[in-house]
Amino acid sequence: MHVQSEFRSRVENERAYLLRFASLHLRGADLVEDVVQDTLLAALAGEARFAGRSSLRTWLTGILKHKILDAIRRASRETTLDAEAEGEAADVEALFRQDGHWVEHPAAWETPDRSLSQKQFFAVLERCLARLPAKAARVFMLREHLGAETAEICNELGVTPTHCGVLLHRARMALQLCLDRNWFAR
Amino acid sequence: MTLSCRDVTQLVSEGLDRELPPAEQARLRAHFAICRGCRSVRERLQFLRRAMQSFASRESDGKR
Repeated sequence: MHVQSEFRSRVENERAYLLRFASLHLRGADLVEDVVQDTLLAALAGEARFAGRSSLRTWLTGILKHKILDAIRRASRETTLDAEAEGEAADVEALFRQDGHWVEHPAAWETPDRSLSQKQFFAVLERCLARLPAKAARVFMLREHLGAETAEICNELGVTPTHCGVLLHRARMALQLCLDRNWFAR
Repeated sequence: MTLSCRDVTQLVSEGLDRELPPAEQARLRAHFAICRGCRSVRERLQFLRRAMQSFASRESDGKR
């Protein structure tokens, strides 16, 4: 087999993985498809830079991360996102009384780390992630899935550090609530 | 000024992103000493971080 076409088919084999990765960060099948397509094209054009230093998947994911950030940057310029988060924020707000104390004290989860070896747990986690309001989800996924630093995220999205902190708090509180209701309290 | 539970959860979240100044850490410790609900949420948010790390590495290993 010709070397170049072998590389092409190895890259092509990672398409499904990349689509899934991108869909965790971006909403809209077309956008996800476009970002992955750009990644595959960039990879094929940049074969010489790959040189087998890391696994192909790791290398492709690195390219994809940049493409995702570009797409997010464009999206945050184009849309006003502040209004959309209200539903979930209300859910989190309902945990507290007017004076900021708990309506009902949250209970401790028993041996939560056991869940980390259960496939069903991750399915629930994924459904909880999908339910987050778009902007909070974006910030949370950049922080906890891509492992970006908060300063970098605020900068990319053009939000103040304070607002970034508010969004992360909202996302984390909504997620712990969702996991509690749909997994730990079952 | 004493912290409300809502403020505490905000600070716990911020503590996952940056190192909190010693004064804030001390206020948190004082609050945790008397508030079981906030202790639970701190543990839940720390667990969430581990769960996301585990989620990301399962994804890249192709385990689903």
